[in-house]
Amino acid sequence: MDYTPHTEADLESMLERVGAKNLKDLYRDLPQEIVDPPLQLDTAMTEAELMRHLRTLAAKNQSANVGFLGGGIRSHYIPAVVPALAARAEFLSAYTPYQPEASQGLLQAIFEYQTMISELTGLPVANASMYDGSTALAEGVLLALRESGKMRVAILKSVHPEYRRVVKTYLEAIGAELVTLTSTADPIPPETGAVVGQNPDFLGTVHNFTALAEAAHAAGALFVAVVDPISLALLKPPGEYGADVAVGEGQPLGNAMAFGGPHFGFMAVRADLVRQLPGRLVSETTDVEGKRGYILTLQAREQYIRRGKAKSNITTNAQLTALMGAVYLAALGPQGLKEVAIRSVAMAHALAEKLTRIPGIELVTPEPYFNEFAVRLPKGALEVRSALARKGLAAVTPVPAEYGENLALFACTEQHTEADLDNLAEALREVLR
Amino acid sequence: MIADKKETIVESPLIFEKSVPGRRGITPPKAPEVDLAALLGSDNLRAEPPKLPEVDELTLVRHYTGLSRRQMGVDTHFYPLGSCTMKYNPKVHEAAVGLFADLHPYQAPEVVQGALQLMYELQRDLSEITGMDATTLQPAAGAHGELTGILIIRAYHKSRGEHEQRRVVLVPDSAHGSNPATASMAGYTVKEIASSPDGEVDLEALKTELGPHVAAIMLTNPNTLGLFERKILAMAQAAHRVGAQLYYDGANLNAVMGMARPGDMGFDVVHLNLHKTFTVPHGGGGPGSGPVGVKAHLAPFLPVPQVVKNGETYALDYDLPHSIGQVRSFYGNFGALVRAYAYIKMLGEEGIKKSAALAVLNANYLKELLKEQGYRIPYDRTCMHEFVAQPPEGIRTLDVAKGLLELGFHPPTVYFPLIVKEALMVEPTETESKETLEAFARAAGELLKKDKSWLEAAPYSTPVRRLDEVQANRKPKLRWNPGE
Repeated sequence: MDYTPHTEADLESMLERVGAKNLKDLYRDLPQEIVDPPLQLDTAMTEAELMRHLRTLAAKNQSANVGFLGGGIRSHYIPAVVPALAARAEFLSAYTPYQPEASQGLLQAIFEYQTMISELTGLPVANASMYDGSTALAEGVLLALRESGKMRVAILKSVHPEYRRVVKTYLEAIGAELVTLTSTADPIPPETGAVVGQNPDFLGTVHNFTALAEAAHAAGALFVAVVDPISLALLKPPGEYGADVAVGEGQPLGNAMAFGGPHFGFMAVRADLVRQLPGRLVSETTDVEGKRGYILTLQAREQYIRRGKAKSNITTNAQLTALMGAVYLAALGPQGLKEVAIRSVAMAHALAEKLTRIPGIELVTPEPYFNEFAVRLPKGALEVRSALARKGLAAVTPVPAEYGENLALFACTEQHTEADLDNLAEALREVLR
Repeated sequence: MIADKKETIVESPLIFEKSVPGRRGITPPKAPEVDLAALLGSDNLRAEPPKLPEVDELTLVRHYTGLSRRQMGVDTHFYPLGSCTMKYNPKVHEAAVGLFADLHPYQAPEVVQGALQLMYELQRDLSEITGMDATTLQPAAGAHGELTGILIIRAYHKSRGEHEQRRVVLVPDSAHGSNPATASMAGYTVKEIASSPDGEVDLEALKTELGPHVAAIMLTNPNTLGLFERKILAMAQAAHRVGAQLYYDGANLNAVMGMARPGDMGFDVVHLNLHKTFTVPHGGGGPGSGPVGVKAHLAPFLPVPQVVKNGETYALDYDLPHSIGQVRSFYGNFGALVRAYAYIKMLGEEGIKKSAALAVLNANYLKELLKEQGYRIPYDRTCMHEFVAQPPEGIRTLDVAKGLLELGFHPPTVYFPLIVKEALMVEPTETESKETLEAFARAAGELLKKDKSWLEAAPYSTPVRRLDEVQANRKPKLRWNPGE
């Protein structure tokens, strides 16, 4: 079925009005040899047939809810108010708020979101969101190169490997160089415009980046921090340890895991970097009657005005998923977010203790760590992941070999109970026996 | 939104202004007593908690429900935004997405076979609809797809040892701003090609710009004036003769979806906007999804991973030695992919073609109606799914847009494309009825009969009236601060 309203009578009168014989005649200007080709597509379904087909597909998947997978995407609980409010059709079916009088709802929601991200990161200016954490980092790095006028980026090896790959792709495009630092004590190479660290890092370790940020500044570079938003309920915000740019993945804030997307990336910067920011920005202003209102601002940075000279080519951000993030933060408030973070940390430490009691398993993440940690398994991580999946457990995020052999990440959230941890430890014991 | 006058005069406080210390919404499971300084390091702890709102759940619900009522969407209003393709977003898609919400990207492939099958079939269907040989689903939005596509072209030239010589990307002067921005993000020099008086790319001007220094031409077809580039086959031939690649910006695919394939027109790369042509909601500005299709000679350069089928099993293939790498973490905006997949399955070949043709019919019908109401049509021939109109001499497009808001219609795109003065870019889409198009045309006509002063001060009954953009630019206020 399709969604078009036209009756036979409508078609007849409309075609006559536009001077066409039939629908195909509307394509008379096109080279006729390419018009109306046969297509190899399945036969059209009804809504009931579609849902039945999709349920069959969905049945071939195992749920990872309350699993122990991490690596940037985690199974935090999503309060029912989050999807309920974000699903409001006025939010869902709207476009970018170019007509502010008709878009005050979204514009105000973005202004509030910007404020929340600014509060979390301890930096004064946040944009209206990015595609995801990895591309937010790539854009943050490009921002730092623009600001510093340099073409080299130094990134810690402990930054998420997929993020590093995405940054590499973006940098390759402009001919900039990516250098990997193996430790925070490594010297910063000359001509570096951006130094990048992740906190907590890919293996879960919490860092004090104050010295690294100072070293970056001394070398004439900006310090770009990749941060987990849940961790910012407890950990010192990037603005306090000298980060010029903070970016991260918003999924843990009320977004479904959804096989890796759509989610949102966040970005916050020092006040003087505002004109270097990519993406949308909403400002408070007043209308002709003096009433408070909101509007997209500093659009001269953007592609539809600056074209080839724009700060980035971004035309859409991730408004709806960022809205889910804002609703989540408001639903939990400072106390709730703190409790989510503490329980996640406590569960992760309890799990690490249980797992390292299993013969052959050894903790490899250096202390202190947050809600994720890596262990060395006595067997291949992929094999163990599959064996646990056969027991209905989604656990063991495989760690690339560049970090060591047979490494696996485990992540905990506030959803886990003692019984969940015991269940996993028991299953892992059996699998490794 | 606008109907209830009482509602609109009510101020809309920020969620922070509704905050009361100690008030709570959601309570998570109880956290055990732990020594945070010992677990995380006392130097690493934050001194002050972030100042997030403290509200109860009902206050939260009323706040965001209230905001939604200060907002127009396709579900509430006719939204004829040219170049943005604001199609109806079928409700069944939202139910479909829920079936796949609990999947983690790092699960073992054997327990996510349904998700991988969906992606594999969608890659295949999108390749079929665009006439391409292979498709990646990874890019997160249309402009992100553009970047991916241009990087694929760049990698192709590099593999042939021609990257150093091919430094220029040609873009028509009517193109979307994202095209030149993308080419520049990929390190290219952008050269604009002028349109000819008939609104199409000037083939002769294009030929004089072409040469061994050109990496690619980026085209939208139908173009940003809503016109089909009739000389497309000759353009493709001219591009390929000098070794340049032809890039298809899929923003306007809805007009030809299934009726004419970019691959058959001679394009080498195409990006799609699933949030336009394939009914994924725009969500107020995202998330979108921007799959990229390529001809066989460019397939080795696609980003990793690709979803492949080995016998009856689906897998993620990271082993593409010539790949441009990754453009996003994981596999793309999967939730958007589910919606596009559902749409294609519901429509089938016949529905896909019919939807495109009816989008074209609606646009041409509305064009005739607006002409009758006194609007000028600078390029008046059979348009595709959108067209450019201009208000009569002496009336500003901005004022028409604001007047339409007052009459309960979302205005068309204004001041785009840049090459038409006072442009109104109108795109009704196939899901609008004849009656809606006629009501819109009547309203647009009514505006022309209003006093100029009425028009210049419109809108009147929206939540706010015309806003001070200059103030927002000179002294941007980008966050709430207590006490201000």
